[in-house]
Amino acid sequence: MNTDNLQKKLIAAARTIMPSDDVPYAFEKRIIALLESRASARNAELWVRGLWRAAFSCVILALLCGAWAALSPQSSRNADLSQSFETTLLASVDQADQQ
Amino acid sequence: MERTEADLIAATLKGDAASFEPLVQKYSPRVFATARRYARRESEVEDIAQEVWLKAFQKLASFRGEAPFEHWLMRLTVRTCYDFLRAHRRNRESAFSDLSEPENDWLQRFVTAPETAGEHAEAAKLLVQRILEKLSPPARLVITLLEIEDRPVKEIARLTGWSVALVKVRAFRARAEMRKTLAKLASEKYL
Repeated sequence: MNTDNLQKKLIAAARTIMPSDDVPYAFEKRIIALLESRASARNAELWVRGLWRAAFSCVILALLCGAWAALSPQSSRNADLSQSFETTLLASVDQADQQ
Repeated sequence: MERTEADLIAATLKGDAASFEPLVQKYSPRVFATARRYARRESEVEDIAQEVWLKAFQKLASFRGEAPFEHWLMRLTVRTCYDFLRAHRRNRESAFSDLSEPENDWLQRFVTAPETAGEHAEAAKLLVQRILEKLSPPARLVITLLEIEDRPVKEIARLTGWSVALVKVRAFRARAEMRKTLAKLASEKYL
């Protein structure tokens, strides 16, 4: 079999094939509906992503504040503060006792 | 007053998705005709066309308006068809034993009296589809664009995003691949 000749014949046959350009009914409506649904889904996705980021930032901030409160040297002064507060509050009572 | 393509594209880019509809309506026949060259099943053709339009919408901002919108869209269509071919490499290794009777008859006629085997015969068209399905994706794309659609090398380079030299190399390899496939057909059927 002459394959070169067969190739030429088959290419010539392929050239006679004209693919149809038919478009399914309401195809453009389907595409627009798909694009719009994707756009609304994308908006919701953006909101969800933003809220998750905000929540994550809040958790990090709370943890940092907690760590700072627990490890800061000022925590030892809290006892002094409470004592000072108590002394101030009861100062009038103390003064009355002394008189 | 009818809006121009540039107006429709600008409105779409501003967020009015409905302005994209007339473009889809106008160019879908070309997109479908191109997709039908590479996919046989109608569901696959629709998937390709849908993918083309979704990509076109997403990448619309990259359309600079220097060339007609149709050229930009056809480039996108050809590249999407190529991606489809690469993703669906089926039937390439199958044998030619399952040829239909008209295809076998046409081949027989070609062997005995080549001049009587007309290229307009339906069997020849079926046979060429079968041969094309056995080619690798780049070979099929190049044979389709260069030999069947008779496009110049420069245009193929523009459509595919390959360099002119690469198109020539791939065309050379594609012809060799096709000859090899035909030789396999000949050996399976007539040796």
